[in-house]
Amino acid sequence: MANDEHKEGIGGMINPTRYGIERVAYWMMRLSGLGLLAYFIGHIYETSNILRGRAGWDEFLELTQTTEGHLLLAAVIGMCVFHTVNGIRVMLGHGGVGVGKPARPDYPYDPASQNYRHKIGIYSAIILAAIAMMYGMAVMFGE
Amino acid sequence: MAQVSGIADDQSSRTKTLRIARFNPEKDTEKQFMEFSVPVEKWTTVLETILDVKKHYDHSVAVRYSCRQATCGSCGMIINGKPRLACFTKVSELDSDVVTVEPMNNFPIIRDLAVKFERLFDTHHKIKPYLVRDDTELESDEKEFSQSPEELEQYIQFANCIKCGLCNSACPTMATDSSFVGPQALAQAYRYVADSRDKGKDSRLKIIDDSHGIWRCHFAGSCSQVCPKGVDPAMGIQLLRGYMLGFRS
Repeated sequence: MANDEHKEGIGGMINPTRYGIERVAYWMMRLSGLGLLAYFIGHIYETSNILRGRAGWDEFLELTQTTEGHLLLAAVIGMCVFHTVNGIRVMLGHGGVGVGKPARPDYPYDPASQNYRHKIGIYSAIILAAIAMMYGMAVMFGE
Repeated sequence: MAQVSGIADDQSSRTKTLRIARFNPEKDTEKQFMEFSVPVEKWTTVLETILDVKKHYDHSVAVRYSCRQATCGSCGMIINGKPRLACFTKVSELDSDVVTVEPMNNFPIIRDLAVKFERLFDTHHKIKPYLVRDDTELESDEKEFSQSPEELEQYIQFANCIKCGLCNSACPTMATDSSFVGPQALAQAYRYVADSRDKGKDSRLKIIDDSHGIWRCHFAGSCSQVCPKGVDPAMGIQLLRGYMLGFRS
């Protein structure tokens, strides 16, 4: 056991279960960010296939026309929408918007910064991501 | 983790199992848990059960405590997975037959449940936790610095901080970044920046304007959820960032 600092580490950072929906949003934000980064790298590789000519391009593009390809793209749509909507919420919060006003706290000390506006923002991001994914799948699988 | 057989000879009808993490950095490599069966009443706090174990079963359990009324900030620890004050947490409110106590995360362990606070106090001191002014109210020809109730409201919430370290223990950035200033110090920076009597705003903002300073907070809000005094560090940090970004003056 590394006692130097007794850090909780990555495992503690990504554990979304203990601190409410705000910590879940924090975890999903990182997960979707990493997912989009992976997609971005994959997308660069994918578009580089144009150097193989039209046949090579068409051949690689067919990979996205499979069931697995559609599910992957649906996940990308979901991550993109969640990351965007929740990112706007977080940016507003970082500017001090919607985090409440300082006041004498009363027991049981519900934190004003974890208010309904931000909770609505988080749930909106999740719901919009789910709707976008369902619409994307309807388009892709409905062909 | 290894499990040590405990003492469970209390046959009281109202008993709970208390699991205490034992760790001595000088000789142990892993935390071990000792289990004790402790009597509890509706009003029994977690600290009282630990002191009960020290008194009747094993006096070598290391725990830091003092006021027993959530004022000194000494008895912070992980109780059933979340950072809490042991003196401010009743066993009955945990709604579990097993109470597990561990040392706070993100703090070096001295022994068992006691952790080192040096870094917390260092970062707290770093942000100049005092009024910065050229004049003083202590001289005979000066008057006290007046302040309206509205001006007081701007920071009084953040003056409730008891430096217990629970916020730093819950923070996901603190979990991985050893250099992060932490929610406790950042909230205190806001406390003094928002104080109308203070003139040290620029110097404080300069201190926290660092890659491991205020910009490393990602507004997860866990610090505010565990604060036992209603300080709401997450709010203070975001309002402080408003000063940095020019949204507030």
